Amino acid sequence: MKRVTLALTLALAAGLSAQAADAQTLKTVKDRGMLSCGVSQGLPGFSSPDDKGNWTGLDVDVCKAIAGAIFNDATKVKYVPLSAKDRFTALQSGEIDVLSRNTTWTISRDTSLGANFTGVTYYDGQGFMVKKSLKVNSALELNSASVCVQTGTTTEQNLADYFKANNMKYEVIAFGTNDETVKAYEAGRCDVFTTDQSGLYANRLKLANPNDHMVLPEIISKEPLGPMVRHGDDQWFDIVKWTLFAMVTAEELGVSSKNVDEKAKLENPELKRVLGTDGNFGEQLGLTKDWVVRIVKAVGNYGEVFDRNVGAGSPLAINRGLNNLWNKGGLQYAPPIR
Amino acid sequence: MSTEARKPPPQIALKIRRVLGGKAGWNGVAVQFAFAAILGWIGYEIVSNARANLENQHIAAGFGFLRNNAGFDVNQTLISYTGSDTFLRVFVVGLLNTLVVSVVGIVFATLIGFIVALCRLSPNWLLSRVGEIYVELIRNLPLLFQILFWYLAVLAALPNPRQSISLLGVAFISNRGLVIPSPVGGSGLEPFLAMLALGIVASLALRFYARRALFQEGRMIRIWPTVLGLLFGLPLATMLVSGLPFTFQLPQLKGFNFAGGSRIIPEFVALTLALSTYTAAFIAEIVRAGILSVHKGQMEAGASLGLSRGTTLRLIVVPQAMRVIVPPLTNQYLNLTKNSSLAVAIGYPDLVSVFAGTSLSQTGQAIEIIAMTMGIYLLISLLTSAVMSVYGWRVSRSLGA
Repeated sequence: MKRVTLALTLALAAGLSAQAADAQTLKTVKDRGMLSCGVSQGLPGFSSPDDKGNWTGLDVDVCKAIAGAIFNDATKVKYVPLSAKDRFTALQSGEIDVLSRNTTWTISRDTSLGANFTGVTYYDGQGFMVKKSLKVNSALELNSASVCVQTGTTTEQNLADYFKANNMKYEVIAFGTNDETVKAYEAGRCDVFTTDQSGLYANRLKLANPNDHMVLPEIISKEPLGPMVRHGDDQWFDIVKWTLFAMVTAEELGVSSKNVDEKAKLENPELKRVLGTDGNFGEQLGLTKDWVVRIVKAVGNYGEVFDRNVGAGSPLAINRGLNNLWNKGGLQYAPPIR
Repeated sequence: MSTEARKPPPQIALKIRRVLGGKAGWNGVAVQFAFAAILGWIGYEIVSNARANLENQHIAAGFGFLRNNAGFDVNQTLISYTGSDTFLRVFVVGLLNTLVVSVVGIVFATLIGFIVALCRLSPNWLLSRVGEIYVELIRNLPLLFQILFWYLAVLAALPNPRQSISLLGVAFISNRGLVIPSPVGGSGLEPFLAMLALGIVASLALRFYARRALFQEGRMIRIWPTVLGLLFGLPLATMLVSGLPFTFQLPQLKGFNFAGGSRIIPEFVALTLALSTYTAAFIAEIVRAGILSVHKGQMEAGASLGLSRGTTLRLIVVPQAMRVIVPPLTNQYLNLTKNSSLAVAIGYPDLVSVFAGTSLSQTGQAIEIIAMTMGIYLLISLLTSAVMSVYGWRVSRSLGA
């Protein structure tokens, strides 16, 4: 139903407005006093609500960082939970300002949806989870298995490619939401549950006996996850892109939510530029001079965000791996702020 | 020499004036045309403006995507389909899955509905209470819950494939579905099918002849022994001559799953069960209302002629009740078809799931895909209505009403 409504909204918006792609997102957000942020319907570590309705997670912190940069108040976010298949329509129709929902960056999504990826918040890859009792140690032993997957994801196509490339048969059962998929896997409808590896670890926590299940070692795809914004508003694109870069830069310079005020007082030229006591980069973005300070105060630097949500400080306990800084063996790299 | 009445002059123009203009005459016609033109113009503006805006935003538009490779798999396909087929084929696969679940659901819903209605009307206290409880329980629970209930209940009760329940060693039930032996055509297949077809045609012709004899000349002809012979004897005899028409391929457990044989997936079973039991509750009430609408004098007349209760119902009451039953029954059939789109909740690959779901998010072309899906649902519903209207018209005609 929601899909139909969204499609109709999109059709009407596209049909009736003379200029749908106004370069006005920042102004709209400021006038509304809220950032409208598309998130998942519940994926621990990335975006999930607690029992009081407070959202937490890596993707949620991206929303909070943007709200922090604009309003200096990380709570001014309206979270819109979206299923995998509704997410792009919600962005196209203008229901949300930014889509921060563990979305894989691919060329077709970047070019045909009228939207742009602003960067990579998490380098992921698709994996498989099975019950330990099956005594399977490799994805290559999965011939003739039944596989549960969430519909409308890159996962579904990678799965088809992987089994075809390895000349294996399988049966796919595709569900509309993540929870339905996990439930069917737990009920024994399928042997294998597949999604991005971070998602496997996150979903394993939802199972009754997490220790009865294991994640197979194979990674069968590249899944760079990142936020998306609509085409046609370069200023907004820059704001979201540089919010991510600011978080990474802050970690690189050792600026964290605990020491940001002290660091701002130091006479280090790079720190002064980044933290806004020198130069006006923030204003050029359409924000304020102290935008990085605001972001770091709202959510912390990238390392803090990672640890708190998916890393060592969280139940998921995922290694930094590819998501470490470029100078520590990972891929997270930000262009210089100067 | 006969004189023929002079043909009246053609009055097309006057007819148009009367139909479109009404009392307002030609002015009314002009207003109607202007209104239609404005509607058309608004529609054109919306479409062309949408196209222009989508183009400006670099959102892909048009139906070209239907020729692209889908790249994902579907677990129940009535026609052959692989991941390297096109989105158009996905559309057909999804449509067929929707149709098969709707048709099977409609058949079962009608059967169960009639049985429950007869239970409710039965003079037997226990039967009528059971019918009443069924109706009140089923129609007051949301359908989505019932679908999930059947799915999870069916799944939870079934073992995994390695411990599957074996039916005589040829069919197996597990939480992967019901696996049955599949027929593989043999040497005697063609003569067998030819004789079977011949038998069916001959039986139908015989029935037609017998009915004519009964209605026009009052002669009763007993045809059933001949029909049995035609339908079973003839093909069996051919089998003896030309060998077995087909052999069965037995399913075998290989690795995780059964290889060989045909499989009915549990999603299909759960969805059909839920849809048919749910709709049956409504159909039961419609049928009951229809039967009660027939005056009870008809029942008494039947009894006084010495007909049994069952025969009276079958020959006298139900045909009259059908006139009342058919229109709301059509609604229920349409509801069932539309409700089948709830399949997405349990992973049954129907049209909404594979086309308006997966294909939509793979291509991002929401407007085209939703429009196509809505269009095809509309078409299915209109066709169902049309068929039911024809049936209703025939029922009324045969009663001379």
